[in-house]
Amino acid sequence: MELDPLILSRIQFAFVVCFHAIFPVFTIGLASTIAGFETLHFKTGNPIWQKLSKFWIQVFAVVFGIGVVSGIVMSFQFGTNWSNFSYATANFLGPVLSYEVITAFFLEAAFLGVLLFGRDKVPQGVHLFAAIMVATGTFISSFWILSANSLMQTPQGLELIDGMYYVRSWSEALFTPSFAYRFAHMALASFLTAALVVAGVSAWFILQKRELEANRKALSVALWFLLVLAPAQTVIGDFHGLNTLEHQPMKVAAMEGNWETSTGVPLLLFAIPDKESQTNHFEVKIPKLASYVLTHDWDGEVPGLNEVPIEEQPPVFIVFWSFRIMVGLGLLMIAFAVWGLILRPKGRYYKSPVFLNGLRLMSVTPFIAVLAGWVVTETGRAPWLIYGQMTHAQGLTPSLTGGMALFTLIGYIIVYALVFSAGVYYLLQVFKGGLETANAPHEMEEIERPKRPFSAAHAAIDGEE
Amino acid sequence: MEQHFDLTVIWAGIIGFGLMMYVLMDGFDLGQGILFPFAPNEAARDTMMNSVAPVWDGNETWLVLGGAGLLAAFPLVYSVFLPALYIGVFLMLAGLIFRGVAFEFRFKAKSSKHLWSWSFAVGSTVAAFAQGAVVGAYIQGFETEGFVYSGGALDWLSPFTMITGLGLVAGYALLGSTWLIMKTEGELQDWAYKITPKLLAGLLTVFTIVCIYTPFVDETVKSRWFENISIIWILPALSLYCAYIVLRSVKKRQDGMPFVATMGIFLFSYLGLLASKWPYIVPPNFTIWDAASSHNSQLFLLLGFLFVIPIVLAYTSWTYWVFRGKVKAGGYH
Repeated sequence: MELDPLILSRIQFAFVVCFHAIFPVFTIGLASTIAGFETLHFKTGNPIWQKLSKFWIQVFAVVFGIGVVSGIVMSFQFGTNWSNFSYATANFLGPVLSYEVITAFFLEAAFLGVLLFGRDKVPQGVHLFAAIMVATGTFISSFWILSANSLMQTPQGLELIDGMYYVRSWSEALFTPSFAYRFAHMALASFLTAALVVAGVSAWFILQKRELEANRKALSVALWFLLVLAPAQTVIGDFHGLNTLEHQPMKVAAMEGNWETSTGVPLLLFAIPDKESQTNHFEVKIPKLASYVLTHDWDGEVPGLNEVPIEEQPPVFIVFWSFRIMVGLGLLMIAFAVWGLILRPKGRYYKSPVFLNGLRLMSVTPFIAVLAGWVVTETGRAPWLIYGQMTHAQGLTPSLTGGMALFTLIGYIIVYALVFSAGVYYLLQVFKGGLETANAPHEMEEIERPKRPFSAAHAAIDGEE
Repeated sequence: MEQHFDLTVIWAGIIGFGLMMYVLMDGFDLGQGILFPFAPNEAARDTMMNSVAPVWDGNETWLVLGGAGLLAAFPLVYSVFLPALYIGVFLMLAGLIFRGVAFEFRFKAKSSKHLWSWSFAVGSTVAAFAQGAVVGAYIQGFETEGFVYSGGALDWLSPFTMITGLGLVAGYALLGSTWLIMKTEGELQDWAYKITPKLLAGLLTVFTIVCIYTPFVDETVKSRWFENISIIWILPALSLYCAYIVLRSVKKRQDGMPFVATMGIFLFSYLGLLASKWPYIVPPNFTIWDAASSHNSQLFLLLGFLFVIPIVLAYTSWTYWVFRGKVKAGGYH
């Protein structure tokens, strides 16, 4: 069998970007959470907030570190496997990625050092400022990278001359029609991730009866955030969907599993989409609901996949099911938010073991939901790399052979498996150490103040410090 | 295209500066990894790591900036070099990942400490070798069709690029050993004094091979150096003078000068290489003007660079100032 460099490159990109994405999505939200704890400590002087901040900074250090390492790989992926795409879009993509490095990466690196190691070296106000700057850096970073992604989804402001795009208008190219929705959706996803992880870990500590006062406070704050964010994300998601319907109708058709353009389209709860026969098997549906959701009219017209030839249809099964996973988990998050509200009187939310155990499990759901969401939007764009303009095949590196792509794909899988298991193992040590270890008095010599991720956390990796 | 001349030259200067920054800064900390297995003892290894621990990740950020900056200013370089060096780039990245996490995990580990030591040593050496091979591949030139790389997966790996690979390993090790002379004392410093002349000899051997080989593969280079006797001969002369300074200062047991002079060797060799190839950025076919992105894009990014890079440099200097002075022997935790 001939190895296909296109398929292998797509698998490789999906793998390295998914691996990378789970770290920033968490750190963006967590950076703001830490800045929030620091602000509360600064304003109220209540040491509980500092206790929480010290613990979560340790978690942040580990997660941020893996994010940085896997991010270096990303900056070379475009060139190694997608050189035609890189070359064609360089006039836009090059400056955007460079701006990300100089306005975000350096800002994060600078103030992360102060945040991690400067608590005793700078005044409290400066330390708080550092926390806010790190959080700001993560947002600036996501601004640039989502702007780049949005251009690939809903291109505008560019002009194609002799196989190379030229930027006609920077404001149009940076702020394409889908950008605002994508940015809001991603920012909320990051906050939701942080809220659910903080809730889950706090619940776990409460179940173990550790540092009850601080963890109850953290849980309470996280649940209030969840109550606002989870429903808000549904609303933003709905707007994002309507925007996609306008600009990328085939993606929506795949999300809904709708093969033929028609009116009064049902919402499918379950189906096995079959691209070969251009139909669904085993449909379970709610009549007319898809039309209503998408057009706000029970008899509205919803575009079907049959509007384009089969080779221009995205992989329907993957898009259809990823979308359902994302939405399903989103609804589950709302359910937990409401449940928390019902348990709110008399502090029952931190007394009910069932609820606390449920939250513990919920802490992995935002990661799954975020990856599923990215699979929907990226796979749903297929076969286009730049929607309607350049296909994956056109963007591929011409000199790339299947053997080369397979070699690096296996290589990345091995490298990341090793790094990931070591990182997770270490993160678990930080969790086991809890707020107690994070706040234990710790003597630091001059050489022990390296300004970089991971080293803020003091737990010995083999657990025998 | 005449009005675009200046901006492209400015960008060549910026990218050249960024790469030099990366080579000098990451060079001495990759050097620690290369020297790691040969260090006198475990305490020395701890000190070596401590000496670069606070600054290494800032150093590597310059590599990310180099990648993104090339895409922005000279997309042709990005889209020819990376496919041509596909396997080498992977090896370099894998090396950088393993050495990067080793920094963090080695001090936390107890029973698995030696594994992270090897991870640090092998990762650093592989990354340095791959970067040296890239330099060799640049001198060799790239087979292209239109604006696309058309050579094979392993064209970059020739006897010549293996020599440049080993040369950069020796060069980074030299930066590493002279860094140790500056930053440490006692037994470790003695050891660094001892190995420095040997590493210098290794580097000079490769330097000579490259100088002899390059004019034979590239007519432009030959005519530039041998037909018009010109000012550029001063560059290799300065490199050799710096090498002499390294030797002399090691003999006198000065502790800052060897590192400074080694940086001088790198700087003048680098300028000599650029002077040979200028203005070819994707040899043998493309100049910096062929490889340039649009005027509009170069200008858009230049404005940001002019404002932000000075701030970055200020911060970087500040970090080095914070961690100034000798690194004391002793544990990390």
